[in-house]
Amino acid sequence: MPETAAPLVPLGRAPGPLTHASVMAGRSLRVSLRNSDALIMSLALPIMLMLIFVYFFGGAIETGAGYDSYVMYVVPGVLLLCAGFGAATTATAVSEDMKGGIIDRFRSLDVGGTPVLAGHVAASTVRNLFATVLVFGVAVLIGFRPAASWSGWLLVATVLIAYIVALSWISAAIGLLARSPEAASGFTFFMSFLPYPSSAFAPIEKMPDWLHGFAENQPITPAIESLRGLLLGEPVGNAPWIALAWAGGMLAVAIAASGVLFRIRTR
Amino acid sequence: MPSPSTQEKPPYAIEAHGLTKSYGNHGKPAVRVLDHLDLRVAHGSVFALLGPNGAGKTTAVRILATLTTADSGTARVAGYDVVADRSAVRRAISLTGQFAAVDETQTGEENLRMMARLTGLSRPAARRRAEELLERFRLTDAARRPARTYSGGMRRRLDLAAGLTGSPEPGVFFLDEPTTGLDPRSRQELWEVVRGLAERGASVLLTTQYLEEADRLADRIALLDKGSIAAEGSAADLKGRVAGHRLDLVLTSRDAYLRLTGRAVHHSPETLTVGLPTDGSAAHVRALLDEIDPAGTEIDRFTLHSATLDDVFLALTSEVPAHA
Ligand SMILES: Nc1ncnc2c1ncn2[C@@H]1O[C@H](COP(=O)(O)OP(=O)(O)O)[C@@H](O)[C@H]1O
Ligand SMILES: [Mg+2]
Repeated sequence: MPETAAPLVPLGRAPGPLTHASVMAGRSLRVSLRNSDALIMSLALPIMLMLIFVYFFGGAIETGAGYDSYVMYVVPGVLLLCAGFGAATTATAVSEDMKGGIIDRFRSLDVGGTPVLAGHVAASTVRNLFATVLVFGVAVLIGFRPAASWSGWLLVATVLIAYIVALSWISAAIGLLARSPEAASGFTFFMSFLPYPSSAFAPIEKMPDWLHGFAENQPITPAIESLRGLLLGEPVGNAPWIALAWAGGMLAVAIAASGVLFRIRTR
Repeated sequence: MPSPSTQEKPPYAIEAHGLTKSYGNHGKPAVRVLDHLDLRVAHGSVFALLGPNGAGKTTAVRILATLTTADSGTARVAGYDVVADRSAVRRAISLTGQFAAVDETQTGEENLRMMARLTGLSRPAARRRAEELLERFRLTDAARRPARTYSGGMRRRLDLAAGLTGSPEPGVFFLDEPTTGLDPRSRQELWEVVRGLAERGASVLLTTQYLEEADRLADRIALLDKGSIAAEGSAADLKGRVAGHRLDLVLTSRDAYLRLTGRAVHHSPETLTVGLPTDGSAAHVRALLDEIDPAGTEIDRFTLHSATLDDVFLALTSEVPAHA
């Protein structure tokens, strides 16, 4: 025992990061439920997007043979577009936290950066899943007839959740990178844009040649291909696994990057 | 973890040696904010770190509360090293930063429950702790309102309560300018809260720009100047050294003015005015007037002011503090 003697204050057991993350998730959900404007927007926007694509653009887009109607083709694209939009709110929320003194409070309660971000991501995922269910409901009302098997549905849910979590965590990292909540919401633009140059809304063959390479190899495409195939009960090959690998990779990079960014921002 | 009952307590609740910290400013030379700062806060005492804006008070508190690290120097808080035992320090202390750190959209009650859960209390224990703290800080009536609707004083009290949610008592408290920006009534209320903490045996390090506040609350006061302690002592010690009032004399001649500038803490050549430190008592003022102007011809008029922090600084340091 060093001669500096015993601590003045005896301490109880420290809670682990999982406890911290679940308390933080509860907080984020409570706060987002209270922000009714944003909540209504996050539920209304997906439905509006769905209706716009099906009724405004649907007639003009040639999807090729095999789809009874455009709604059968476009649902996976709308789902991922919504995942992008929904995840983007995480950036603003994280940036708000960094701006105020609350992060210092959490740090002084010995809560690490990762649990704080995990709480935001968990809340974003729950919000997004509500929106997703809503989109499915509206899609069915306007003629979407999925033919997925039980295992297909399970894989659809897994791929969707994996993308929502990964995109949310990327968004959280963007929130740490941005110096203001406004800048954060601007930076997330690219994420909401990512589904367009993919097979989400129109077949890739119809796009200009120079886009093919990107469109075929970007992370949204395997997700679209696997969701569409699984929902329509068609063979998907290894598309779901490629999609999950992309999601896992993006998540790992986002977690590592946000850990570093959090340390830099709180130095 | 060793328990204090079986071993001797460390001599100080807070102990810092040679804390030094500079901030680099994109190309410009780094500014040394703390320069070999030494501090000792006995446990169970209230210690005030007094200094103007930009003196480095917040930086010192943030280092001691483990929110940032010093470039060099060591510190122990509640017996734990702030670098090696960061987690332990965090769990032993309560911090109330210069700017309230509560969730604006959550109610006072939700804020406190959340903080209590983060410190490891179970849901029911967190609810009880929140209730207890709301009661103690007189926030029970406002418990169900979002914190954004709180007044400055209420928000400060909520922030204090938030820092207290899971900390063992009597613990170590850091209060960074707890009353800056508060109206006089809220300030009084906050002083009561700090006295309450002290009565429970807490060790408190508070920072302030107000001499009066340090005087009212602290057992010991340290004057922070250019990143290190310029003077330290009890309120009475310091007051003895800085007087506490300033006697401003409007002189009749330039000669008299020049003769007195050396001992003055305030100068105004245009109006031939000098300010001299005094304790403000009739006896001292009379003695001072007699000593300076035995013939009764050199002083035109005089006014008596309470010493401002600037006066204290002038008396105890060489320069006027830079206002940031
Ligand atoms: N993160 C930072 N980066 C650069 N300069 C800083 C930073 N924090 C504080 N400073 C500078 O350090 C000095 C002391 O600041 P601070 O500790 O906040 O003083 P006080 O709390 O006494 O007003 C100021 O000049 C301030 O501009
Ligand atoms: Mg300060």
